[in-house]
Amino acid sequence: MKTRDLMDLAARNLREALLRNFLTTLGIGVGVASLVAMLSLGVGLQNLANDRLAKSGLFDAVIVTPLTNFGGFERPQQPSPGPPPVARPLDEDARHQIEALPNVVEVYPEIRFPTEIRFAGNPYPTIVAGVPPSAREGGSFDDMKGSFFSSPSANEAILQIELARQLSSQPDALLGQEIVLRYAEREPLPADSGGGNPGTGGFSIVPREEKLRIVGIVETEPAAGVGSFGRGRLLIPLQVAETLRAAQTNDLRDLLRDTPAKRTYDNLTVRVKGAPQVKAVEDAVKQMGFGAFSLLDATRNLALVFTVFDLLLGIFGSLALIVASLGIINTLVMAILERRREIGVLKALGAADRDVRRLFFAEAAAMGLLGGLLGVTIGWLIGRAINFGTDVYLTRRQLPSIAVAAVPWWMVAAAIAFSVAVSLAAGIYPASRAARLNPVEALRYE
Amino acid sequence: MEMTAANNGAPANTPTSDTAAIRTDHLVRHYQMGSTLVRAVDDVTLSIVPADFVALLGSSGSGKSTLLNLMAGLDRPSSGAIFAHGRNLAEMSSDELAKHRSHTIGIVFQAFNLLPRMTLEENVELPLRLAEVERSERDSRVREAVERVHLSARLSHRPSELSGGEQQRAALARALVNRPTILLADEPTGNLDSATGDEIMLLLREINETLGMTIVIVTHERPRAERFAHRMIMMGDGKITSDGAPA
Repeated sequence: MKTRDLMDLAARNLREALLRNFLTTLGIGVGVASLVAMLSLGVGLQNLANDRLAKSGLFDAVIVTPLTNFGGFERPQQPSPGPPPVARPLDEDARHQIEALPNVVEVYPEIRFPTEIRFAGNPYPTIVAGVPPSAREGGSFDDMKGSFFSSPSANEAILQIELARQLSSQPDALLGQEIVLRYAEREPLPADSGGGNPGTGGFSIVPREEKLRIVGIVETEPAAGVGSFGRGRLLIPLQVAETLRAAQTNDLRDLLRDTPAKRTYDNLTVRVKGAPQVKAVEDAVKQMGFGAFSLLDATRNLALVFTVFDLLLGIFGSLALIVASLGIINTLVMAILERRREIGVLKALGAADRDVRRLFFAEAAAMGLLGGLLGVTIGWLIGRAINFGTDVYLTRRQLPSIAVAAVPWWMVAAAIAFSVAVSLAAGIYPASRAARLNPVEALRYE
Repeated sequence: MEMTAANNGAPANTPTSDTAAIRTDHLVRHYQMGSTLVRAVDDVTLSIVPADFVALLGSSGSGKSTLLNLMAGLDRPSSGAIFAHGRNLAEMSSDELAKHRSHTIGIVFQAFNLLPRMTLEENVELPLRLAEVERSERDSRVREAVERVHLSARLSHRPSELSGGEQQRAALARALVNRPTILLADEPTGNLDSATGDEIMLLLREINETLGMTIVIVTHERPRAERFAHRMIMMGDGKITSDGAPA
């Protein structure tokens, strides 16, 4: 029998026992809905974690260090077939060169220095950290009081709550007020004053002051980027931090180099377009003669954890679908009993065993398909309800809304396909039984 | 015109397997019912020429319906052979038997066996669907079959809206629609009153005469068989007890 005729007959049969077939289909729908709801939670939580981690800068960042550094972050160097890379200073030239690499979004140094701030006439020792503009997208500042820096060059500061509490018993009142930043500026000396080695130059350390306006207070300690501005208590725009030319720990090392006036960086954070490009950038940086480190391995482990999590949720969600498949078996076995004579007539008129088997499979598949569509819709609605409930809960606690459940297209397609597959599997026994019916006995059946 | 058949012996004037519409050779169909062996068809050898009109007669349980089912390929013999146009049904696979039923055989039942949720037109079309006849051809084939049984005005009616005679005519149209060479009818008038039964028998005769179709009917109504059939085969206890032209 041709497929179109088969589908036509199957649809006709399904319409015949409409209530029973609808209830069976509903059973499948509930099973699929449970599966979709479970998986949507798993996927939603995974997306949430990935999104937060991606925004944290941990997984799309490569930390570049000069090879002359002591060991530490770098992973053991893979032996490369070519000659070993030449150690180079991590200076401005290197920074531009890395910026020119494909898929590199930005390259910024870690600028963090000990300082003292004055507020209301009192001194407070603290640590200043430069914050790149991209950190705003990182989520760390989502819950801050006040606002992020108005521009990359604004003389503005964001205080970590601990520091803010030191400055005032009412931290919120600090917003908009001015503080004075006292720091040590590294000032280059003329080339002939380098201390005995003509032509090498040097630098002096000069105390400076800079007024900053407090624009925000952040509860957590932002950690955008490994070894970056985390641990800073006073956050200022990176561009401002760079122009301050504040003396840092690696300045002493610069002093001993042949060109001390040329500033080098302790490390650079390279932000890459996305996690898939991290490895290539990491390799390119290493080839340039620097140490490079990323948290890709941690990402892979995270993906593994979520895969197992999804699998477990999927297994629990599938239980309802498996129960529903018993409903299909029951419905089709009942249909065989009711349509015994009809099967006999079909066979007498020329239907092969194969035709009868396909007819029952088509009915099972149709119930699976309709149940799948229904289930996906219900599952999606459950996901929406969960998200709505979560939103209400978070809003009441003045927290930003998040999507806990997600139903991506691949899940819709997979759930429907799974529903049809389970229904077909449930149809194997009834279809085989119907196909094997002896036509003479079937025609005798009243 | 008709050939004779003999029980438990070589049939006289037996056509070859190539020319006979149906030929059986020591055909046996036994059933096991508990500890009892039922010999429904017991060593039957007969031959039916094309375009013959044969009536299988006998009392209930004589084996006539079992023999008809074997001819239709709905059942398989326990031993012996049964040929339709020279092809041994006993050696056919399940699929081949289905094709035999679809293309060679048209079958009519006592209980009509129309599918109740389908209209007359859809019921008649069903064998065409099973035989994978092109849709474009189906409509004309259905109309041709329905016209032959004079039911053109009832195409859109469901079986429950038709009289018994109309239902049997619809079943006849369904049996004819695939243009089979052999038409088998199991008690086609059994559920009908006398006048309607005669109408059906007249139709069968007309089909036999105009289309040259071989017809085998199972009946227990001897007078009717004598009126319409060319040949009467009497069965008893699974064996042929007499075979010949009506008196």
